[in-house]
Amino acid sequence: MFTQLKNESAGNRVIVTVLGPDRVGIIAGVAQVLASNNINILDISQTILQEFLVMVMVADISRSNVDMLTLKENLAEKGREIGVRIDAQHEDAFKFMHRI
Amino acid sequence: MLTLQEILETINMVQEENLDIRTITMGISLRDCADPDPLRARQKIYDKIMRYAGSLVRTGEEIEREYGIPIVNKRISVTPIAIVAESSATGNFVDFAQTLDEAAASVGVNFIGGYSALVHKGFTKADRQLIESIPQALAATQRVCSSVNVATTKAGINMDAIYLMGRIIKMTAELTESSDSVGCAKLVVFTNAPEDNPFMAGAFHGVGEPECVINIGVSGPGVVKKAVETVKGADIGVLAETVKKTAFKITRMGELIGRTAAQRLGVPFGIVDISLAPTPAIGDSVAEIIEAIGVERCGTHGTTAALALLNDAVKKGGAMASSYVGGLSGAFIPLSEDSGMIKAAEAGALTLDKLEAMTSVCSVGLDMIAVPGDTSAEVIAAIIADEAAIGMINKKTTAVRIIPAVGKKIGDYVEFGGLLGRAPVISVKTFTAKEFIRRGGRIPAPIQSLTN
Repeated sequence: MFTQLKNESAGNRVIVTVLGPDRVGIIAGVAQVLASNNINILDISQTILQEFLVMVMVADISRSNVDMLTLKENLAEKGREIGVRIDAQHEDAFKFMHRI
Repeated sequence: MLTLQEILETINMVQEENLDIRTITMGISLRDCADPDPLRARQKIYDKIMRYAGSLVRTGEEIEREYGIPIVNKRISVTPIAIVAESSATGNFVDFAQTLDEAAASVGVNFIGGYSALVHKGFTKADRQLIESIPQALAATQRVCSSVNVATTKAGINMDAIYLMGRIIKMTAELTESSDSVGCAKLVVFTNAPEDNPFMAGAFHGVGEPECVINIGVSGPGVVKKAVETVKGADIGVLAETVKKTAFKITRMGELIGRTAAQRLGVPFGIVDISLAPTPAIGDSVAEIIEAIGVERCGTHGTTAALALLNDAVKKGGAMASSYVGGLSGAFIPLSEDSGMIKAAEAGALTLDKLEAMTSVCSVGLDMIAVPGDTSAEVIAAIIADEAAIGMINKKTTAVRIIPAVGKKIGDYVEFGGLLGRAPVISVKTFTAKEFIRRGGRIPAPIQSLTN
């Protein structure tokens, strides 16, 4: 997965993770926060672990209207609203650990 | 590129297994702050710390949020103060400790290390003066940490310094009696002290270090423990391989945070210290890794071998993951800061003797050990001497951070709270080596061949 990511956004990508009970409107909720801040979603992947939804989005923040910290707060707030945990982390936190 | 499993693995490490960056430590040289006028020297020290470390905490917090990795501590290490204060015509070094304390508070770091002297071969006047001021300095400050290097493999062991430190530790315990002798938790006696150690209380900025540098201490006993549990019953080779791979991943995180912090602060990146540093949090314990390897209780027979295996595997994995590894880099076994160690000591499995044996195969030494308040300075000195001998002969760092808790007896507890934790008071032998310790002088540097 995530193989066809655009190279020009390298270094400006965040990984948005959603963890929580599955319900209607989770993707819509997260996508709305991202769209309203001019953040492009590059890839979405999800799976159900036991009854929990695990969703991971790769997003490009190079044209974002907000900085990383504000984005994290907006996402966390949306998460509280729909009852799931949403976080955004810089892509390097994952890439550095799993790729040389 | 990244798989869902990899992303979840990282998130799990942070959320469930206590993966964190234990410390970003900024090393600052204070050599150019020396001044004949002590007031001016202290002003220069304060100004320089503010200038370099002013944005350390803010930058650390920014990185923490962006990458989603907790950075538990932001700290500062400085040139050993005995070197800096030497030129000042002053009878009172405690003022320098207070300046460090104020600067640390202004910058917002929880500890500043470097109220130190390096006396492995002998004392200068200022070295002696600094060491004699340690009890008062630690009683009068909150954030200052002190360390004294009393031996090296190249120079031998300064037994005069060790005896002196035995008395200094006793005095420090007495002056900080009201807080369970916490002063001793901020005082480390070293052999082969590393110049780039980011971990407190023993951090100082060595004389071979640059003007300013960022060193990183990673952590992650909880992550290693979980990994070890996944290979229950497997052959030792599989176990070592699993620990190596896990240590690699943990260290990569340290490397990333170190490079990022150094770049944003505009100072060179020094090293990642790949130590396994436990905390009092449940599951974040080196003792529990030993137990997950298959030793019923940490401290029983088999512990030293299991620890040696663990320590070596961590180093191998960590060394591959970082461009510069340094500091202490090994498993820490601080009694009070590791819930598994405390349990093992309470159960009678872990004793001072076994801890001493364990220090010969891992970093660092007898760390955060509480002993009865009536333990004599000579007995403490003898404990330090034994530890120094292990370090000197094995060409490794060893340290002693021992708390002769005033008024406490075996079975009592000292409570420091926070990262320093709580420790049961454990027994020491009652026979003394008084005559040996009181001889004074130096143990000559050891021969480096004939290695049996």
